Amino acid sequence: MKKILIITIAIILSLSIFATENALEIFSWWTGGGEEEGLLALFNLFNKYYPDIHIINAAVAGGAGTNAKAVLKTRMLGGNPPDSFQVHAGMELTDTYVIPGLMEPITWILKEIGAYDKFPKDLIEIVSYKGEVYSVPVNVHRANVVFYNKKIAKEIGMTKEPTTWPEFLTYLDKAKKMGYVGIALGDKNKWTSLHLFESIMLAELGPEKYNKLWKGEASFNDPAIKQALSILKDILAYVNSDHSALTWQDATRMVFEGKAFCNMMGDWAEGYLKTLGWKPGIDFGWFALPGTQDAFMLVSDTFGLPKNAPHRENAIKWLKFLATVEAQDTFNPIKGSIPARIDADKSKYDVYLKWSMNDFSTKAICPSIIHGSAAPESFATALMDAINIFVTEQNVNQTFKEILWIAEDNGYLTD
Amino acid sequence: MRKKNLFIGLLVITPSIIAIAIFVYGFIGWTVRTSFSNWNSFSALLRGQYKFVGLRNYIRLFQDSRFQTDLWNTFFFTLLFLLGTIALGIIMAILVDKGLKGSRFFQNLFLFPMAISFVVTGTVWSWIFAPGNIPQNPQGLNLLLSKLGLEKLMWGWYTSTHSIGKFNVALIPVIIAAIWQLSGYTMAMYLAGLRGISEDIIEAARVDGASEWKIFWKIKMPLLTPITLSAMIILGHISLKIFDLVFSMTGSGPNFVTDVPAIYMFELTFRSNRYAMGSAIAIIMLCFVAVVIIPYLATNLRGERR
Repeated sequence: MKKILIITIAIILSLSIFATENALEIFSWWTGGGEEEGLLALFNLFNKYYPDIHIINAAVAGGAGTNAKAVLKTRMLGGNPPDSFQVHAGMELTDTYVIPGLMEPITWILKEIGAYDKFPKDLIEIVSYKGEVYSVPVNVHRANVVFYNKKIAKEIGMTKEPTTWPEFLTYLDKAKKMGYVGIALGDKNKWTSLHLFESIMLAELGPEKYNKLWKGEASFNDPAIKQALSILKDILAYVNSDHSALTWQDATRMVFEGKAFCNMMGDWAEGYLKTLGWKPGIDFGWFALPGTQDAFMLVSDTFGLPKNAPHRENAIKWLKFLATVEAQDTFNPIKGSIPARIDADKSKYDVYLKWSMNDFSTKAICPSIIHGSAAPESFATALMDAINIFVTEQNVNQTFKEILWIAEDNGYLTD
Repeated sequence: MRKKNLFIGLLVITPSIIAIAIFVYGFIGWTVRTSFSNWNSFSALLRGQYKFVGLRNYIRLFQDSRFQTDLWNTFFFTLLFLLGTIALGIIMAILVDKGLKGSRFFQNLFLFPMAISFVVTGTVWSWIFAPGNIPQNPQGLNLLLSKLGLEKLMWGWYTSTHSIGKFNVALIPVIIAAIWQLSGYTMAMYLAGLRGISEDIIEAARVDGASEWKIFWKIKMPLLTPITLSAMIILGHISLKIFDLVFSMTGSGPNFVTDVPAIYMFELTFRSNRYAMGSAIAIIMLCFVAVVIIPYLATNLRGERR
């Protein structure tokens, strides 16, 4: 009996020590190759400045954060927020957490360390709600890029990268005639087909009109969107027949294995091709999806400050740290993304990322739908389902009608 | 002394009664409540915009074509999965029960899949049934078929959008994987049942001149009925709420050909923030399972009273 009592007391004591510890709980879904190393490098650097803060890595595994988002929602609703969490810039944060009043504005943090004007204005606008910034962007990925196999490009006689649909389709056709898959797709996890479609939509609408959709200044009832659907239909003729059995990695691998000419994916595919052993510019080339040369379809991971964070002071230190050039240049070369700050050190990045950084500071920035920036999650998932049905049925008129319904349900302009 | 025992007994089970009341029945009640509301965004609850809309969510669900597919898929999945698992379980149990050489080894081999989680099963079988790019670059079973010169038998497996009436053929590979996973379990149940049958009865039948076949159908099978019932209930409730196998194997398939209610519920709730609709699906699934479980519990209770 006495023994049990002593053990119980010991456990209670150790728990209370744990609770009063100078901790910082960081929630993310960075558990895969590259991203986890990047996150740990960030933690190490942070601990160099704040050695007494104990970081709790609350990462939840699962593709594109699906599982992590479910866990996070439960925690936020239950009043048990982490100190800071990873979230895609834009509506994923705003609609889900800012509007219900679960987040603290952090404009003052960026202003205090003089970082507010070091981010592109378009990006600051995406992470803001009613004039206040709600999260610190850590990295930027570009979504509208086509990666191609240089060897196959040579075989089909591609001397310069296509800039228009007819040109692009000619190359896809040539690849198909030579027994290759034109453009590899892996939509087992559904989001990749919307990833492809949103960039085609951007190409047809142009960056200006595309961005106006989300501000309620342009209508979804636009022939360009219908046109985008028929272009997607044209492209689907050059897609591998087993696309619904594959993930995006499998599709990127088809390019690497010389089975497919190209693959349209965000630049995490560049990181994947590098881990497979390819050199950018030598084994594989890239170009912005035809028609989107003037636009940068943005996917950005950010960190915010929940209200009632258990270690608010430490969370503020973390956010200030993330906004520094040093932190951004530590994380991004490892993760294979570019820094959100435009004054970062270019020499640390490879030839592809340099190209991307250049475009990031000069082209129009457009928020991605499927990666949570442009529209609420309910809109993105409904559109994802509609596009998935389109991939099978290929009925342009029906899907266009459905897109209008989805836009209407979510309060966007449809006339 | 007796009173003291009763008191201690109550004291010991009270916490679990309270916990079950809150964490099972309380939350079921809360889910029912949510399913009658319009809680279709993350903010509605927090801002107090929680209106009750009666059966609207249920009505909308039954008009939703994806949910209709889900219901048909659940029906065919349950039917074929139960038939396959029970039939295969009986066959394996009889073979193992014969006590031939190496039957112990096979018994363990058949039981082994049960030790693996559905997610692993789903991933492995998704590679086996991966269609590849037919006809040029087949994979998995299709590759085997093409090596054997049986190109005509290659098809899209779980990526096929073909259907026979309401039955999506893409379900077949998923059902095979599920049967592989759980037929060992039914085998174990039947094996226990077969070994529980007294030798005397069998001997008596033999003396009366009954053939082995007749003994099996007329004596063993009726004695195994309670086991068949238990197997149906355990497998039935697994198949009605199946999620992980389908999610990891097909990701609900092109055009949702292999979608099931649990996946739709997960996506509505945690991806689209449409909590009321998600709750409605959860309640419908609960009702399905109740239809299976309640008669079973009732007969069990009646049996005990006797």
